[in-house]
Amino acid sequence: MDDKPLAIVLFSGTDDKLNAAAVMASGAAALGRPVHIFLQYWGLDAFRSDRIKNDHGLAAEAGVEGKAAVDALRAEGQAPWYETLAMAKELGNVEVQACSLSMDVLRITEDDLDDLVDGTEGVTAFYIAVGDGQILFI
Amino acid sequence: MSDVHTTVDAKGLSCPMPIVKTAQAAKTVPSGELIEVLATDAGSVKDFAAWTRSTGNTIVEQTEDDGVYRFVIKRA
Repeated sequence: MDDKPLAIVLFSGTDDKLNAAAVMASGAAALGRPVHIFLQYWGLDAFRSDRIKNDHGLAAEAGVEGKAAVDALRAEGQAPWYETLAMAKELGNVEVQACSLSMDVLRITEDDLDDLVDGTEGVTAFYIAVGDGQILFI
Repeated sequence: MSDVHTTVDAKGLSCPMPIVKTAQAAKTVPSGELIEVLATDAGSVKDFAAWTRSTGNTIVEQTEDDGVYRFVIKRA
């Protein structure tokens, strides 16, 4: 069992990148690795409780063909990203923290965020929590 | 071969759900008991090899039939 923590800085707010982050988090959780997700900007915006289940679109490079491929997988029953992330949290030690600067930018408080978010922290607390673990920026 | 304790049917589920559901099921399976997993995700062969190596569980049987992978995993 590898206990080295995995940190994900989740900056992007499109469904494909949110899903990529949820997949990386759940894979690490299945291996017993602690996961620390830091939500910035549009990644944080996607976790607003009134918007989390919305269609957040796809990255620009997806194009029409990419959208059709993603829609087809969804139609076959692929779980949405927030359900994959919820499963990762049930499975292992997965913590989701909102970036306090991004909270100010979006003018929101923790009351505006979905229960998947555990709290708010600054970048210093993020680095301390990650220690010498790996950091992914998505 | 003794009977399986729990079966995880992950057919039709994309990565990483076969592993996530198996890891979830493993929490409730006692040591030494068998978990049977059915999956269609092409990545599952390498994923289950890596997951078992990392978690100390053991693949005791592995087959593929018409795109369905079947793993029997002994709980550590």
